[in-house]
Amino acid sequence: MATVWYVLRRLALLIVSLIASSALVFLLLRLLPGDLAQAKLGIYGTPEALAQLRTEYGLDRSLPEQYLSWLAKAIRGDLGLSVLTGADITSELLSKATVTLPLIGIASVSALFIAVPLGMLAALRFRKWDGIATSAASQLGIAVPTFWIGVVLITFFAVQSQVFPSGGFPYDGWADIGGALRSLVLPACTLALAQGAVLMRFARSATIDVIQQDYFRTARATGLSRIAALRVHGVRNALVPVVSVLGMQISTLIVGAIIVESVFALPGVGQMLLQDVNVRDYTKVQGTVAVTTALVFVVSFLIDLVLGLLNPRMRQR
Amino acid sequence: MMRRNRTLIIGVSLVGFSAAVFLLSFFWTPYDPLEINPELSLTSPSTTHWMGTDENGRDILSNVIVGSRATLITGVFAVVICMVVGVSAGIATAMSPKWLESPAIFGIDIVLALPTVLFAIVLAAVYGPSTFTAVFAIGIALSASVAQVTRREVNGILLADYVTAARASGSGKLRIVRRHVLPNLRASLFVQATGASAIAILAESTLSYLGLGTPPPDPSWGRMMASLQQYLLIDPIFPLWPGIAIVITVLGFNLLGDGLREALDPTLRRDAE
Repeated sequence: MATVWYVLRRLALLIVSLIASSALVFLLLRLLPGDLAQAKLGIYGTPEALAQLRTEYGLDRSLPEQYLSWLAKAIRGDLGLSVLTGADITSELLSKATVTLPLIGIASVSALFIAVPLGMLAALRFRKWDGIATSAASQLGIAVPTFWIGVVLITFFAVQSQVFPSGGFPYDGWADIGGALRSLVLPACTLALAQGAVLMRFARSATIDVIQQDYFRTARATGLSRIAALRVHGVRNALVPVVSVLGMQISTLIVGAIIVESVFALPGVGQMLLQDVNVRDYTKVQGTVAVTTALVFVVSFLIDLVLGLLNPRMRQR
Repeated sequence: MMRRNRTLIIGVSLVGFSAAVFLLSFFWTPYDPLEINPELSLTSPSTTHWMGTDENGRDILSNVIVGSRATLITGVFAVVICMVVGVSAGIATAMSPKWLESPAIFGIDIVLALPTVLFAIVLAAVYGPSTFTAVFAIGIALSASVAQVTRREVNGILLADYVTAARASGSGKLRIVRRHVLPNLRASLFVQATGASAIAILAESTLSYLGLGTPPPDPSWGRMMASLQQYLLIDPIFPLWPGIAIVITVLGFNLLGDGLREALDPTLRRDAE
């Protein structure tokens, strides 16, 4: 019963957050000085044409009405049409997501593979030079801006030794799977290194926690080496806090993807968002930002749910 | 305390170095940072131009020095906003009546989940890119985590005996905040402000890299990176310079925050040993 209540409470929280955040984005973009219809029609804006456009986009209705009708459509997956080009926002977003989502996915998994072993090394050998060096590398990695990592990787792997492309994505997209993967290698590495540095700190402190536990000492007493004891008991216990941090980092990952797409000229959601901001395509910016924040909330909901089911103590909060 | 806290010493030195460069930028730069010299376009580092010159023949070192202004000023103002908003919100939430507390915590959680840079992008879309939108967006976005930490700390302080005693002797809420809560928060606020500075500086350089920060002609490290990146083929060292400047500053603030936390929280010191 407690579990059901926990899930329901968390679900209610998710729904309210989704409504609140989308309303905030809507308000921010509608409180603009100026008039969308005027902006679109420019000097061709005869009073009749303006009125017609306002009716078409529902701009003549009150703000709450506009928001509710947008929300009702958005729930059904219809984000409306771009105010500038008239293109369908949902389908454009979906096609761009085929670049961004794989990028985020590959990067998160690689970040875990970088962070967990190195974090454990830093914890086990925190007095030795290699432990200290790994901790220092993680500190440095946190301070380095994501785009700089990208530029450095381009310098080494695309300019000096031309192993990978310095940017762009195959024209055929995923139909050219080899080309697509090749063009995602450097961007994913960039994002993974930036995220890995952050995760490593958590992996390190989680491992230190494990080493201090009684069960770890018992395992050592039965004759297991530190590495073996860590492999049997440590990895899974240390992984729980790391995965929860990765969940909280989802918003950083998305922002990281926007930056990385910009560094490597990848035609993904982030690149599209920046272009829309430049040409002030508000309906599209609104749709993209609303979907992205919704994604952040949904992922953190799922992670909370999984952690809550794994660890009964979490449900109390 | 200082002698053993190496983190703090390195942090103070790096931040001190960045601050010195910032102050220097008002008095002296090797060349006029905006002076255009077409015949010197994209020269590699040399004895006359230590970091080389950019596509317009402007001295990169001078631009890096002056670029510290945009970054540090944005950082400082964003941190002021986030501390003022975050601390007031945190204290108000902790001291508010029960029925108001949950919605307030919930509001903080929502802002906390909003990606900082995304929020700044939306603001830039609405009001156009400028230093002001960057400062405001970064400040508000960071205030949520400050509010969260502050609320927890204040809740702890409010349980202390001296607060109960103050209440019993008739002190009002404002007096309790001024006399008991704020002085006890001071240590934690310092740590949070240094941490927030590091994040704010990274966020500023990211925004200006994306073209959404301080507009030209004022140099900023992020925008320098974006423009120098195009000339990697001529000399890969060009975009490294503004990057190094960002790393030194951010690393400095991060280490300063860690060192301060270690120095102010005795329990952490024991953990580290």
